[in-house]
Amino acid sequence: MNWLIAILQTTLFVALAPLLAGWLKRCKCYLQNRKAPSLLQPYRDLLKLVNKQPVVSEQASWLFIKAPYIIFSATVLAATVVPLIAVNLPTSASADVIVMVGFFAFARFFLALAGLDIGTAFGGMGSSREMTISSLAEPAMLMAVFTLTMTASTTNLSFAISHVLEQGLVLRPSFAFALFALILVAIAETGRIPVDNPTTHLELTMIHEAMILEYSGRHLALIEWASQLKLMLYGVLIANIFLPWGIAQTFSLHDLGYGLLAIMGKLAVLAIILAIAETLVAKMRLFRVQEYLGFAYLLGLLGMLSHIILEAAR
Amino acid sequence: MNIESQDFYTQIILSMAALVGLTSFLMLGQGRLLRLIFMFAVQGLLLTLTTAVAAYSLNNHHLYISAVLTLALKVIFIPWMLRNEVLKTNLHRDVEALANQTAVMLGGASLMVFSYYVLHPIVQTTSPVMLNALAVSLSVMLLGMLLMISHKQAIAHVVGFMSIENGLFFAAIVATKGMPMVVELGIAFDVLVAAVLFGIFFFHIRSSIDSLDVDLLNKLHEVDK
Repeated sequence: MNWLIAILQTTLFVALAPLLAGWLKRCKCYLQNRKAPSLLQPYRDLLKLVNKQPVVSEQASWLFIKAPYIIFSATVLAATVVPLIAVNLPTSASADVIVMVGFFAFARFFLALAGLDIGTAFGGMGSSREMTISSLAEPAMLMAVFTLTMTASTTNLSFAISHVLEQGLVLRPSFAFALFALILVAIAETGRIPVDNPTTHLELTMIHEAMILEYSGRHLALIEWASQLKLMLYGVLIANIFLPWGIAQTFSLHDLGYGLLAIMGKLAVLAIILAIAETLVAKMRLFRVQEYLGFAYLLGLLGMLSHIILEAAR
Repeated sequence: MNIESQDFYTQIILSMAALVGLTSFLMLGQGRLLRLIFMFAVQGLLLTLTTAVAAYSLNNHHLYISAVLTLALKVIFIPWMLRNEVLKTNLHRDVEALANQTAVMLGGASLMVFSYYVLHPIVQTTSPVMLNALAVSLSVMLLGMLLMISHKQAIAHVVGFMSIENGLFFAAIVATKGMPMVVELGIAFDVLVAAVLFGIFFFHIRSSIDSLDVDLLNKLHEVDK
């Protein structure tokens, strides 16, 4: 039964990710006075891409064709670790947050390799930029998450969320810092606007798009889906760690439905905030990204320090 | 002492203390004057919120007046005045090159540790919460001084001076559960008078050396070095 719910949760994760992307696009369209496409447009795009024949370069090795499947499955595995609608599921109990970061690193490694594999200038450029950014973003993210795990004294996300729920509303200075740090890292890691522009194809500015420029058809569909999934994963991480209220603690139908509604509401609000931020902020120069991520790391560090100084038992 | 076992008021005060400390660090590392002034206004706003929370939870009505005064002076009037000054002297496009920024930030961090070290004996006589709040306000004061030392523009010096006052104010609100009304009014008017005086000083400095960069005051030396 528990495994069934775990599988259902992961399926929901995968199925809802394009919807979140559609909602985000809709919010941005409203803010920019454009006519918004349907909420289901990302699904249609994915379907269209799946039905198209992929075009693969003659120079491409086996890695180029396998990479999208590896990336997608690694991201789905990362999604199983994060509690979406219920805590204490067997999948999220068996792996902790470090495993999740590991899955992300694994997917990114293959994405960067695939970018290099084809031998175009853009692919290599995109890969090197992606690796630069992620090498700075990863420690900041771990710092932010460790603040939470120090409070709950476990690195397991599911147990940590239960711990936060048990204590009720406690205002922690460290969580405020960790929240800001995690938001900054999430923006950098999912390639949103101040760091990378997901809609650009201008060669000087693109990072994620540069790596996947050679992909088409179902390969492109898988990579796009994986990046939508990653966006949703970070959203869920932020929403469920810092505002876990509403998540199901028992597996009754009522609780699970309530948990689903709660997380959808939280993600919708987060997407609105993200859309407003993306509309207000201009993209940074690439060489300012390290300052930005350095600030995120500083916030994470401050969160940890204020946990030790202000909150811990003495 | 765990934070879960504290009451809600203490939790809010601690969160505010952490945020006030953060704004001090942000000011220290800021090279652009307009952002520096904005961060100063944010710090003022956090102080206003702290005062209002203290007024509400201690049921101390004259603290509301003090909160309103803080809002009017430190969030609106002084930042507005400084901003006008910056825009008028066309300093808002300059990025001040901070000499050795990493060392300054590290120095700021060690000042924070130092203020914890200095205030640690206070735990003997009062609660650990007071130690945190007082240590943060002492470090806000020291960071304000460091800001004055490390920046060259006279406007940054004023912001540093005002943030020293912010640190004192935070300590006063948290530690005394509300000072007498006369003292608070006195402080508020002192700040106001200081702001006006600084305006006059800016005018004089600018008319004598054509700039607000205080390093250029060396030009007024009678003997050439």
